[in-house]
Amino acid sequence: MITMENVCKSYKVAKRNAGMKEACKALFRRETETVKALSDVSFTINDSEMVGYIGPNGAGKSSTIKILSGILTPESGNCLVDGRVPWKNRIEHVKRIGVVFGQRSQLWWDVPVIDSFELLKDIYSIPKNEYINNLEELTGKLKLNELLRTPVRQLSLGQRMRCEIAASLLHSPKILFLDEPTIGLDAVSKLAVRDFIMNLNKEHKTTIILTTHDMQDIEALTRRIILIGKGRVLMDGTIDDMRRLAASNEASDAEKSLDKIVAALYQQLNIL
Amino acid sequence: MKKYISFFGLRLNMGLQYRVAAAAGIVTQFVWGFMECFVFRAFYETNPAAFPMEFKAMVSYIWLQQAFLAFFATWMMDNDIFDSILSGNIAYELCRPVSIYNMWFAKNAATRISRALLRCMPILIVAFILPEPFKMTLPKNILTFIVFMFTLALGLGVTIAFCMLVYIISFFTVSPQGVRIFFTSLVEFFCGAIVPIPFLPKPLKSIVELLPFAGMQNVPLRIYGGDIYGEELTRAVLLQTVWFVLLVLIGRGLCKIAEKKIVVQGG
Repeated sequence: MITMENVCKSYKVAKRNAGMKEACKALFRRETETVKALSDVSFTINDSEMVGYIGPNGAGKSSTIKILSGILTPESGNCLVDGRVPWKNRIEHVKRIGVVFGQRSQLWWDVPVIDSFELLKDIYSIPKNEYINNLEELTGKLKLNELLRTPVRQLSLGQRMRCEIAASLLHSPKILFLDEPTIGLDAVSKLAVRDFIMNLNKEHKTTIILTTHDMQDIEALTRRIILIGKGRVLMDGTIDDMRRLAASNEASDAEKSLDKIVAALYQQLNIL
Repeated sequence: MKKYISFFGLRLNMGLQYRVAAAAGIVTQFVWGFMECFVFRAFYETNPAAFPMEFKAMVSYIWLQQAFLAFFATWMMDNDIFDSILSGNIAYELCRPVSIYNMWFAKNAATRISRALLRCMPILIVAFILPEPFKMTLPKNILTFIVFMFTLALGLGVTIAFCMLVYIISFFTVSPQGVRIFFTSLVEFFCGAIVPIPFLPKPLKSIVELLPFAGMQNVPLRIYGGDIYGEELTRAVLLQTVWFVLLVLIGRGLCKIAEKKIVVQGG
């Protein structure tokens, strides 16, 4: 179970106006502004639930994922993941979760994929049988057979993303955080990734939190949606709740695409 | 422990595949080595009495320095690590059940050892068959050789532990360049990479010999040629060990603090 209670996190941002004079001034006195990335975020996610976490760019989605995976320490608030405080004992915590950042790579660039997997096996101290079983299952489901012996730098983005997802599941985590896993993928890879995530949740009862800007991901995968904007949770419900919320202001959007509904919603809530 | 050894192994294999870089390095190091030999030969011939080392020991020092450049050159830092801090890819490393310090230490050791493995043999073989006075000689006895090997490893440890401090400090700054340039130029001078420490003026020399930088290449390279022996040798090895332990402890402490206040931006 994952609980977040009144979590706050802010960043300092250095600011100055354009121009040489301002740049020189900044040498001596730097103006910083505190930006609230998360203010008072609370939610609870049960075991084997699949939750879509959406919001415009800069809403605080990644910050939330980073706090839940023990990378960032919030200023205040409580957070428990299966009874553990993520940032208190990072190493114990991350053994039991899997994380995929769609915009970064966790595989070692210059070596074949299988070398990265073997190394992860040692890093997570995965028992041999478990590793072989997981590898076999993931290779089958994500169609990695042809890819395992290729160096990572020579994979296409879609191929790499499939390998990234496999890499984060080798140690059979009970919780998986997916931060924009379908970003930049073509239609075929996108569907493959979606299917895989769906099955993972069904068969292994893995708890999944998914952030994305792709509304079709959300529609295909999640029943529950948490909408965040300017660091606050604005809605926690289903897609229909979201439609209703958007429809409450305008009359004729029953037929609108999800993207339009979400765009309208962002504007309406003034969180852009 | 096994995870760090596997990681070390992977990086070592990776390092051994860069053959062209190694060939280029070997050529550079020969040119550099000869140049140094000629320069110090000129000094020596002007006034042998003012020369603070035996010329034979000096020649060994130069060739060993070139052969094991990758062990001790502090300017050869791991750009991957700076990149991962700058780009935020460190997020993934923090998502794994590993200590960042140990992981980076293993990575550095692997990079340096693989580079040295590829380069040292050709340089040493040629150095041994060169004509006098530029021919490299064997150490006095087998014990000297064993102590040399031991202090070589310890010196590598001190170098890496020091570089770790530079990596960790760059967690706290916007760009790592400043810290990096400041520290590497400082170390280059004080570790005996430009001129061996015995060539420094007396008062400066006695201070420099106590600094951690003297525990890098200075100790093993001078032990090999017989320039450090007896009581001085014991003291040098002890100092090397103390600095190694101290630098690792400081690095680990700083790393803990850095992990707590880390900000991974973007994405």
